[in-house]
Formats: sequence, C-alpha cells, structure tokens
Amino acid sequence: MAQSRTRTAWLLSTPALVVLFCAAAGPLMIVLVYSFLSPGEYSGVVWDPTLEAWFRVLFRRDIFDGTVSLADAHLTIFWRSVKLSLLTTLITFVIGLPTAWFIATRPARSRPLWLFLITIPFWTNLLIRTFAIMQVIRNEGILNTALLKIGLIDSPIQLLNTDTAVLIGMAYVYLPLMVLPLFAAIDRFDFRLIEAAYDLYASRWRVLRRIILPIIRPGIVAGSILVFVPSLGAYVTPRVLGGGRNMMLGNFIELQFGQGRNWPLGAALSMVLLVIVTLALLVYVRASSRDEERG
Amino acid sequence: MATKPFSVTRLPGFGAIAIAAFIALYAPIITLVVYSFNAANSVAIWGGFSLDWYRLAWENDQVQQAAIRSLVIATFAAGFSTLLATLAAVGTTRRGRFKGQTIIYVMINQPLMVPEIVTAVALLILFGAIRTATGIQGLGYLILAHTAFCIPFAYLPIRARLEGMDMSLETAAADLYATPWQAFRHVTLPLLAPGILAGAMLAFVISLDDVIITEFVKSAGQDTLPTYMLGQLRRAMTPEVNAISTALLVLTVLLLTGFFLITRGRQN
Repeated sequence: MAQSRTRTAWLLSTPALVVLFCAAAGPLMIVLVYSFLSPGEYSGVVWDPTLEAWFRVLFRRDIFDGTVSLADAHLTIFWRSVKLSLLTTLITFVIGLPTAWFIATRPARSRPLWLFLITIPFWTNLLIRTFAIMQVIRNEGILNTALLKIGLIDSPIQLLNTDTAVLIGMAYVYLPLMVLPLFAAIDRFDFRLIEAAYDLYASRWRVLRRIILPIIRPGIVAGSILVFVPSLGAYVTPRVLGGGRNMMLGNFIELQFGQGRNWPLGAALSMVLLVIVTLALLVYVRASSRDEERG
Repeated sequence: MATKPFSVTRLPGFGAIAIAAFIALYAPIITLVVYSFNAANSVAIWGGFSLDWYRLAWENDQVQQAAIRSLVIATFAAGFSTLLATLAAVGTTRRGRFKGQTIIYVMINQPLMVPEIVTAVALLILFGAIRTATGIQGLGYLILAHTAFCIPFAYLPIRARLEGMDMSLETAAADLYATPWQAFRHVTLPLLAPGILAGAMLAFVISLDDVIITEFVKSAGQDTLPTYMLGQLRRAMTPEVNAISTALLVLTVLLLTGFFLITRGRQN
C-alpha cells in the first residue's frame, strides 16, 4: 500500500517535475559549471577549467606586476546589497508590525477588507509599483513639488539614482511581504495574555517586548526572510531607482552577461547569491522548527 | 476631557503608523493612475483630463504586439502550469506520507526560493545555446520558462482546496462501484474546480507580471508589456507608460477579486 502510494505520487508529479527541472533547477547546474570555465574572447565561455572566476569574486590581480589585492568595486556592491537589504528588512518591520497589528485588531467584519487592501499591492506588478514610487520621488515629482510649496525646502531633493531611492523603493514594494506573515502570527495571538500582563502592572513597552514580540516571533522570522531574500536578489528596483551607478548584486550579475563581459564571473556571482539565499532559508527552517517544538 | 476606554488591543501610535502605511502604499499608485489621464506630456505637471494616452498606447503597434504577446504567454503558461500542478497536487496531497515527499515539495517550490535573477541567467545560457544549436526561435522558450515558475503559484491554492475536501465522498463513490477514474472525474474534479480556477488565475497574474526572466529569455522583438515598459526607461517618460500600467493594474485587480471571491466561497 505504502509502495503504491509513493508510486502514484511520483507518477502524477513527474510532468511538473520534468518542466521544473528543464526550466528552473537544471539550468542552475549549467551556471555552476560555467563558473569554473574561462571567459570567451567576446562573450560566452571556453572549455578551460579554472578557479579564476571564483578568485575574481573577491580579489583582483594587477595586470603589470601580478600583485593580488581585494576587488574594491565588488566589495562595494556586496556591501551595498547586504546593507540595503538589511535596512529594507528593518524599515518594513518597523512599519509592518503596527500595520499588521492594526489589521488583526479590526472588527471581524471589516478585517477581510483591510487584508484585501494589503494583498492588492502584494500581487500588483512590481515594475508598475516601482514606476509609481519613481514618479513620486523624482525631482519634478509630487514629493518635491509639495515640499517646495510648503517651503520646507528651497530646491528639489535629488533622490532618484541614490541608495536612498533604492531603499525607499524596496521598502515600498516589499512591505506587504512583511505585513502578511506578521498578521498571520498576530491573528492567532491570545489577547488575554496582555490583559494578564496589565493586571500584573506591566507597562505598555514591557508588554510589547516581553509578551507580544516573543509570541509572534515565527511571524517576524518569516516576514524578515520574505523581505530579505528578494531584496538581496533585487534587480528591477535598483535598476529603475538607482540608475546605472548604484548597482546591487542582481544588476552586477546582469552586467557580466553583456557583450565582451565575463560570463564565468557572472556565473560565480550568481552562485554566491544563491548560497547566501539558501543559508538564509536554512536559518529560517531551523528557527521555525524550533518554534514548532516549543509549541 | 473624555479619555478613551482602556483597550488591551490598543498600542500607542500603532494605528497612526498603520494608516500612514496604507496611505503610503496607495498614494503612488493612485498618482500613477491619475496622471495616465493627463492631457499634458508629463508625469508631473497636470494639464487637464484626457484619454489621449490610452488612445496613443492603443494605436502604438509595439504596445499592441507586446500586449498580445503578454496575453498569449500568460494564457499558455497558466494553462500548462495549472494542468501540471493539478496532477502533482492530486498525487501528493492527502492519503498520507510517501517516500521523497520533501524532494517533491522542494522541487515544486524551488522557483519561489531561488532569486529570479539567477534563474534568468541560467535560462539565458541554456536557451541561448539551444537557439544557436538548433536555430529554433519563437515564443516556446518564454512559455516554457513561465510555465515553470508559475507551477508553485498554481499548486498552492489547488493543494489547499484538496486538503480541505472531505475524503468520505470519494470513498462513498468507490463503495458504489465507481472506478478510480470515475470517482475522480465525477466527484473529486467538480469539487476541486474552484481551486483549479484560483490556481490558474494566480498563475496568469504571475506570468503577466514577470519582468526579469522574460527580459533575459526573450530574443529581439519579443517584448512583453513589462519588458516594453522597462525599455521606456531610457527615453523621456510620458503618461503613455502610466496608461499601460493602469490597464495592467485593472486587469490584475479584476483577476484578484475573482480569486478572492472563489477562495472565500470555500469557507462559507
């Protein structure tokens, strides 16, 4: 019985698995192989196995005397990607927690509507939302126009094509990804615990820190991972809001696959990104299974 | 002065931040929509109401072709991925654990975990090589790529629906001498239909919205609406982009509303 159960499951899943292998998982192995090859003269690769691409992820060799030094340009991009992703996670948490709390404490009748309002942006085209925020923060955009009119500033703030713009944009597009898991956690929250804490003379701050945050921890972890992972691999938002100079890892990877660029380096960088994301997901899986054990 | 009644669910400042967050979420989108009706050639200065940008976008051959291409790809990708996801969901859901369960789940959800840019690069390499070797062109590559990343989105609602279904109905059918196929065709499938429809809608929206993988996989002249819009970045931005965005937005919201009505009907 168990054997036929396994056979049926695999048989029915096979068509989906084949497509996924051909157009999602399988090609990743090609990228791994490419990262160990040498770059072709104009583009592509030549079959000359080497660790050079992996070496070049972090280091560079001087053309003339062969001295090895850290690749500053690469480190800058890594650092910007990690920094902006962490900040995005932090900002979306600080805004997302009150928002999720607000939705979860609405009367049962209006709660689905608020939830729907947060879900619509979640499913709306990321590019459209990025364009929308771009039109707001441009020099001639609504934000600057409004600030000029009320006299808060004398000349438009140059936001577009800065790290700040990328940060605003990512926080904007990924906020729903933080709110939804936080809401799911708060929705199950037993509010009598707060009542008990207040009865025992806890302050509001203490209730938040000692009761609410520890209990909704799984939601916090899930939301943080859901925001951090796509932020780290972001491509569209930095391209639209950061201009050509404020690249993140995703844009830097794309650059390596242009004409006359270094495909193996691009492949190695892709693998680096994949490894970081996998590590983040593993941390999440471990944290959530620990939470489950605790019950 | 009357003080507010004490409430355990109230935390100071939370309501204000939440309302501000909702405004911040919607203000840019509303602005974008409003300026799609701008008579002036600007996304910042208001020049009166007009539908000119919709007419211009409608008459723009490139936009028309991109729109048709987007819809064709999304239709095929949603159809194929929903079919594959339904089979997989029926195979893997209910009836207990089986060997390799984790492997199948990880494989199906893999597109949700791997950064899109990495998959895009991988497909660029693979499909580029196939194109050079065989000379085969066409939309097939895009449809295959979209089908793959749509599978988990179609799978999740179908699986959720299956898990909520009462197995005793199928057992009853079997007791009445229905063959497994008859039981599936006349009992399981009709009950599962809302889940399948919801999965297909989600897959359609996801395919319609994709930028990164499409941008890397498409060959010259295979722009979809999102990649066409991304291409407009290099030029001065006109409200035409807003008009296209608004049209896409309306389509997405309609599909999502349908999705919510279907999945909520399940609970009632």
